[in-house]
Amino acid sequence: MSAAVLTLDQIRYVNKAFWRNPMRAFFTFAFPLMFLVIFTALLGNGVVHIGPRAVKESTYYVASMAAFGVITACFSNTAMMTTFNRDDGVLKRLDGAPLPRAIFFASRILHSIFVAFLLVGITAAFGHFAYGAQLATGMTLLRFLVMLLVGSASFCALGYAITAAIPNGDAAPPVVNFTIMPLLFLSGIFIPFGNGTPDWVQWVGRIFPVRHFAVALQAGFLGTPFRWDDVAAVAGWGLAGLVLSVRYFEWEPRR
Amino acid sequence: MPTPMHSHLTDLAPSSSPRGGAASPALSPVPPAISVHGLRKSYSGVEAVRGIDLEVPVGEICALLGPNGAGKTTTVEILEGYRSRDAGRVEVLGCDPATERGRLKPRLGIVFQEAAVEPYLTVRETVAMYAHLYPGHRGVDEVIELVGLAHRRAERVVGLSGGQQRRLEMAIALVGDPDLLFLDEPTTGFDPAARHEAWEVVRALARLGKTVVLTTHYMDEAQYLADRVVVIVGGRVVAEGPPATLGLRQRAGARIRYRLPAQDTPPGELAAAPDADGFVEIHAEDPVALLHRLTGWALEHEQPLEGLEVIRPSLEDVYLELTRRGGGAST
Repeated sequence: MSAAVLTLDQIRYVNKAFWRNPMRAFFTFAFPLMFLVIFTALLGNGVVHIGPRAVKESTYYVASMAAFGVITACFSNTAMMTTFNRDDGVLKRLDGAPLPRAIFFASRILHSIFVAFLLVGITAAFGHFAYGAQLATGMTLLRFLVMLLVGSASFCALGYAITAAIPNGDAAPPVVNFTIMPLLFLSGIFIPFGNGTPDWVQWVGRIFPVRHFAVALQAGFLGTPFRWDDVAAVAGWGLAGLVLSVRYFEWEPRR
Repeated sequence: MPTPMHSHLTDLAPSSSPRGGAASPALSPVPPAISVHGLRKSYSGVEAVRGIDLEVPVGEICALLGPNGAGKTTTVEILEGYRSRDAGRVEVLGCDPATERGRLKPRLGIVFQEAAVEPYLTVRETVAMYAHLYPGHRGVDEVIELVGLAHRRAERVVGLSGGQQRRLEMAIALVGDPDLLFLDEPTTGFDPAARHEAWEVVRALARLGKTVVLTTHYMDEAQYLADRVVVIVGGRVVAEGPPATLGLRQRAGARIRYRLPAQDTPPGELAAAPDADGFVEIHAEDPVALLHRLTGWALEHEQPLEGLEVIRPSLEDVYLELTRRGGGAST
């Protein structure tokens, strides 16, 4: 089989396995919607100021929860599932077969991108019908989709990279949550930045990829400015994640 | 590949493989499947493997026996390319597994002691997925048939019993049509019927000319399957040979056991204190002569010698003796 055919073949099996665990699939998509409903119920009638613009808080949350959903599906789930598979010996078994590593990663990252697009589509549709949030069209939509593509691939690569720092499956949820939860809060995903947001929080947002990703997705819903810098920042993190994964990824359970 | 020539050679050299798969290197130009010299490996200062030499000719079934922690799995994982080594020369199918693992992988089949596959795929999907990774793979359904999972082919892996999951492992190991198979305790957890089926699969492979390296705790498995047994204790090879003659088992002393109903006792060397059930057990360096005298006496005195048997040391006895000595030597 050629590399392309083998990659497609792998995606096919990864996809089958994904949908055959219905609870996992359902909650991957339901999780951001649940948070969307909760946050809009609590704070949805307010107004968020982004630069000179005032936007409906419910719309803000549609964009933020889309970003949150992608990060959960691509980063958190990838890191945890991979660690569980490593513990169970699934990865060791695969490593005994002549599966090129590039194809292993490419097929799984491509599948995560597919899940991310589906998830954002569902969130956008829900946001549209429940809260009247409107996704942009034309070039703005295209730029939004580019960010989504780069973002989902990058968070997935970071998910693989962090498995090197996770000793075993029991440690996976706490390590993953410890890494991502503070960043989600410090990047304005759950609570929008106001005028008084401290400098250090702003810097956390500038350094790490979460805020760049969220801001670029907001541009697709809120009509706020889209900056290619944000895409570049996320892509930089993604590349770093990929390099670290290739270098430090482990196929065998740690004892 | 038991060609007529091979079986002829086997007749000349009774110590070589009973199936003729393993002709001696001097008579065959084929290089061995596995060749290991002075292999060493330490984990954080503790030497797990301390200078192992091993040669496995093409077509042989070689069993590695040894207690847990003896270095069997470490040795096998170095041969498979999973572990690096500290010292020694290793050649597997003409490749160095440490540096040429990519070339080696398509030619190896591995049944792991602890490994798993994606639980939500079916048996057929799992075997097909692995088949697609190998350039010259065997038919997916043919292999599933071979390991006896045909009736479960549409079942998801989560729904399989433990024994069926091991057979699936076997199917994955076979589907790439490997030249060399590593079976790490392949029948642990099998019921007796499933074990015999698995053994037949392994023998069928050997008939196809495959080389098999097997680790096991079961003496009957080694006895039934292996052309040669290698006993590893404390990171060293303490004995090796065909199972029938390992540790000079065929010439080792035997025990003669019998019971007498009456108070009448045979003379001197033929008698011993009876155990709780009234059985007498005597050690015999030369059981033929001793048995002759015993039965001669019994006929003369019209004694029935109930439950008379001559007990040769089993492979297990020899193994236990070897590991006891080997364990003592290494401390």
